[in-house]
Amino acid sequence: MMKMAAFRRFLLVCSLAMPLAAWAGGDGMALLKSQCSNCHDLTGPAPTTLQGLWERRGPDLFYAGNKYKQAWLEQWLQAPRRIRPAGMYYGNHIKEGEDGDVIDESTLKPHPKLGSADAKAVAAALMTLKANSELIKPGEYQPGKISLSMGELMFDKFRGCLACHEIEPGYGGLSGPEVYTVAKRLQEDYLISYMRNPQAWDPKIFMPSKHLKERDLQKFVHYFRGLSEEEFE
Amino acid sequence: MMSKGAVMMNGLLLGLLLVWGLQASAGERPADIYKTYCWQCHGMKGNGNGINVRDMTVQPRNHTDAKEMSARSDEDLFTAIKKGGQAINKSVLMPPWGGVLSDEDIHGLVRHLRKLCQCRHGGGA
Repeated sequence: MMKMAAFRRFLLVCSLAMPLAAWAGGDGMALLKSQCSNCHDLTGPAPTTLQGLWERRGPDLFYAGNKYKQAWLEQWLQAPRRIRPAGMYYGNHIKEGEDGDVIDESTLKPHPKLGSADAKAVAAALMTLKANSELIKPGEYQPGKISLSMGELMFDKFRGCLACHEIEPGYGGLSGPEVYTVAKRLQEDYLISYMRNPQAWDPKIFMPSKHLKERDLQKFVHYFRGLSEEEFE
Repeated sequence: MMSKGAVMMNGLLLGLLLVWGLQASAGERPADIYKTYCWQCHGMKGNGNGINVRDMTVQPRNHTDAKEMSARSDEDLFTAIKKGGQAINKSVLMPPWGGVLSDEDIHGLVRHLRKLCQCRHGGGA
């Protein structure tokens, strides 16, 4: 009899503890669906109309497992900071200034901050979202080096990418995401695939396909990795 | 013989199909394409003062400048948009948009540029 009562108590404790475990970060997917899906698309596909592009409030996450580095996600979710200076679609966050268009900071909202357990659980759940795997060639990036000055020359003078991306805080364009942290944030094979054809991932995105040569794709990722070692953050 | 109700239902279905067909083939409006892809450098007013210009070595074209814009043919504008500035010996900062915009979209953009400058090639409004 005693054994039966102890077993019942054990079951009761388990049933009470399970929701707590979920609350403490045990079920990242449940958190994602309940807390993140208002602003992030967890199922796809990416917008196929301009209206859809304008209405997107946060990055699509249905291919997060092919895009992000898990360690970075865990850390960023606990201390989020803006990566796109003018938000997801810059057109929603600009206004006319005295000398031209400026970012309208009042329209940009901070990202919610998660505790460490939740951040860990959500990052793990995100890594399971692997749409568009056919666009990734695992191991395509071959680590190498390029000097920062040569990288900048390619990124700015030869290809004009600086027009839309910052290569250090306060230097570069504002409509695209900063690139000085991109190698910390994103998987190298994803970077190569995305730069090769941004529209394959996001049909209406306002990043042009520059028809980069394969060896230049590799060099750009070398450059981004070099930039990330500068610890500009 | 179809009943009156069946005729009405067929008419309704035909109407819905027509509306759907028109929407599917409508494409995007040139002003919306301009807002999405061009504002970032050329600005909300098209005057070349977009949010990205701060650190540019070459100022984006002012699309409201009739004198400058009338010096460009529609064909040059089309080529610059589709293949990038370098295709007409201009800046690399103007990227090629041919990977995201169709030829029809680009022709629409050229018409939109002519509205912004209120000009045509060779001068005159």
